[in-house]
Amino acid sequence: MGIKWNEIFVGGDPLLVGSQIAIVLTVVAIVVGLTYFKKWGWLWREWLTTVDHKKIGIMYILSGVLMFFRGGMDGLLMKAQTARPEMNFLDAQHYNEIFTTHGVIMILFMAMPFLIGLMNVVVPLQIGARDVAFPQLNALSFWLFFSGAMLFNISFVVGGSPDAGWTSYFPLAGKEFSPGIGNNYYAIALQIAGLGTLMTGINFIVTILKMRAPGMTLMKMPMFTWTTFITSIIIVAAFPIFTVALALMTFDRLYGTHFFTLSSGGSDMLWANLFWLWGHPEVYIVILPAFGIFSEVIATFSRKTLFGYTSMVVSIVGIAFLSMIVWVHHFYTMDAGPAVNSFFSITTMLIAVPTGVKIFNWLFTMRKGRIQFTTAMLWALAFVPNFVIGGVTGVMLAMAAADFQYHNTLFLVAHFHYVLIPGVVFAVFAGLYYWWPKMFGFMLNEKLGKYHFWLFTIGFNVTFMPMFFLGLKGAVRRAYTYSAESGFAPLFLVSAIGSIILAIGFAVFCYNIYWSFRYAKRNVFHDPWDARTLEWMTASPVQFYNFAVVPEVKQLDAFWHMKKRGETLTLKESDIKKIHMPSNSGLPFYMAVVFGITGFFLVFEAHIAAAVAAIGIVVGLIIRSFDYNDGYYVSVDEIKETERTWRNVEGGTENHVG
Amino acid sequence: MSANINHSLPLEYQTEQNRLNILGFWVFLGAEIVLFATLFAVYGVLGHRYAGGPTPSDIFKLNDVLIETLLLLTSSFTCGLAVFFMRQRNMKQLLVWFIITLLLGAGFLFMEIREFIHYVHEGATMQTSAFLSSFFVLLGTHGAHVTFGIIWAIMLIIQLLQRGLTPVTARKMFIISLYWHFLDVVWIFIFTFVYLKGMVG
Repeated sequence: MGIKWNEIFVGGDPLLVGSQIAIVLTVVAIVVGLTYFKKWGWLWREWLTTVDHKKIGIMYILSGVLMFFRGGMDGLLMKAQTARPEMNFLDAQHYNEIFTTHGVIMILFMAMPFLIGLMNVVVPLQIGARDVAFPQLNALSFWLFFSGAMLFNISFVVGGSPDAGWTSYFPLAGKEFSPGIGNNYYAIALQIAGLGTLMTGINFIVTILKMRAPGMTLMKMPMFTWTTFITSIIIVAAFPIFTVALALMTFDRLYGTHFFTLSSGGSDMLWANLFWLWGHPEVYIVILPAFGIFSEVIATFSRKTLFGYTSMVVSIVGIAFLSMIVWVHHFYTMDAGPAVNSFFSITTMLIAVPTGVKIFNWLFTMRKGRIQFTTAMLWALAFVPNFVIGGVTGVMLAMAAADFQYHNTLFLVAHFHYVLIPGVVFAVFAGLYYWWPKMFGFMLNEKLGKYHFWLFTIGFNVTFMPMFFLGLKGAVRRAYTYSAESGFAPLFLVSAIGSIILAIGFAVFCYNIYWSFRYAKRNVFHDPWDARTLEWMTASPVQFYNFAVVPEVKQLDAFWHMKKRGETLTLKESDIKKIHMPSNSGLPFYMAVVFGITGFFLVFEAHIAAAVAAIGIVVGLIIRSFDYNDGYYVSVDEIKETERTWRNVEGGTENHVG
Repeated sequence: MSANINHSLPLEYQTEQNRLNILGFWVFLGAEIVLFATLFAVYGVLGHRYAGGPTPSDIFKLNDVLIETLLLLTSSFTCGLAVFFMRQRNMKQLLVWFIITLLLGAGFLFMEIREFIHYVHEGATMQTSAFLSSFFVLLGTHGAHVTFGIIWAIMLIIQLLQRGLTPVTARKMFIISLYWHFLDVVWIFIFTFVYLKGMVG
């Protein structure tokens, strides 16, 4: 359908040629490195075929860091382009591509894998389970996400990036106005990644409902587990809508149907509705687990049980419900009429109620607590005021009449960055500093962590605070440049400087990972923060079977009360029984490869090649159907051996906080 | 996980992993309901936008649709019989009724494909109008599910022959029966809101 094959490899622009060369060199370096250090077998056995929830979580988090880098680069390029009026650093087309990929990558390939990664590592441990309900499906979830993310990321060097915004509104995103293949990448890569996310949702619902330790009733679950549970329900309720929307987009673009076109009866507003029917719940899919992380961190470092546990649970359920009935506030100006706008205005403002309840609960948790200013806690403390700025401006935007003034300006952009960065990114950092010792057996450096914290939070505020005022002055979003006469230049320059500080903060974080990996002490105590929940009861890093004996839960903050009763490190060896564990499998990785190939051919509208590749998917499903591998048992001797190594360490272990 | 067989429960519920799988499949069906609900909503919005092309009463052949409906509804009944005989540990009857289910499903598919070919020959393709785009994608998604179910069922029949009735094969049989009944329910909605409403309205 009119693809110019000689233009597949996007060339010409020195930025893109540089990226292409960098990608080739990186791939060569990885291949040579793996071969030289003879690590291919290790990579395959330990990572590519693993079904261990902790390793899958780590792979998610690693992908999140990489995608944060990619999405952050996009952000920096935008800030560079708008630093001065009438800059010629990027042209309009390139700018369109970059704000599109920035949005998609930051939401779907940065925030999502970071949070799902932490969910994977932490939730089975918090509920005292040996793994998730469907370990191999969990691996498939990760590999489908990874396949989709990689497919999306090659777009900027192979064929051209999508350029219709992360919302990909029709008619712009249709074939008529975007004839290139860039938007095919959007439709197909997100579809593949979305399948993985849907499976994650199913997996965690079943895991949390059925695999909790004895005695852990629903109202004794840690708050992060609660938020993961509700998030999983939103995923199952919302992602199929996106699946359909993307499939219809694919049909429109590849097979000439008329769902969202302007001609032959299609409705472009149908896309906007379907997109936000998924898109708004998606915002809560990323924010609720983040709330859970803050709840854990604040309770631990205030040395108090979480204030208002029941109201927290009611609030997240309320937010989940409201998240489904606010989607029209994303397009108040598209002529739905005053009655509809009023309804959605009210539901949108209602969300501030349960969110406010949560904010006050966190504040009351800290009240009269003995607060420890660890890096994780600093992120949680900074979250509260910054997120409130995002929330209050959100209520301003919720007023449909006023929104006609704010909409499509940088005010909106500043608002959602004030919600998503303190809400999600701060939470991810808090979670990483908090759970890092549990994942790797060493801590991230606290001093570097504080540099990271201050640079990042200051850089964040300097970047996005000016954008509120730019927006109120009338600076529109998604415009690649502006005139000198507009008077926008000084604030844009401040914002650009802020983005550099933000980037340095992220660089310090990456350096912290490197430094800690090289030099941090390895004999870290299994409970370095004197924490409250079950994951801290077992070794750091966690042994592959998680718990030698599944703990019995008597109340909320189970581990804290066990410590008070002095029953934590006592393990009766007679209680140990053999443990059943799932076997590794290469099938999820294989599925990611065939899904990726099929998706790639579909992007290029090579229908026959895609159909042939899709046979590979069916073959994978058939192999899985005939797979009767039932896992294996870990012997009692091996468990005893493993438990002795961490329960009786010579010379004692280091307790970093107490 | 695979240990702890509880013999007081039906075969498919006896192991912990089986109970997890069955609950997981129910949750998956929840996601499928959202998926089809979205497709119905799309049809609800676009279903009357003919763009000068054919309308439902121009093209629908209600006789064929009635036969399709009978085939699929009967297959749901025979699928229920298959699971009934599975509970009785009657392998032979299980296979007989399960294969009849599949034949009825295949008959449904044959009729549906014939119906689609007929429409295309009448000049009603999915590129013609928004009504036909949403019609073909809604019904095509259902038909693709039936096709997938038939391939899946054939794989399961091979496993039943190889392994007999074990907790694992019984669980697989039970899950595919849930899937099959679900497709039947979706078809009832298609018959009502697409065909009957199309002929009346």
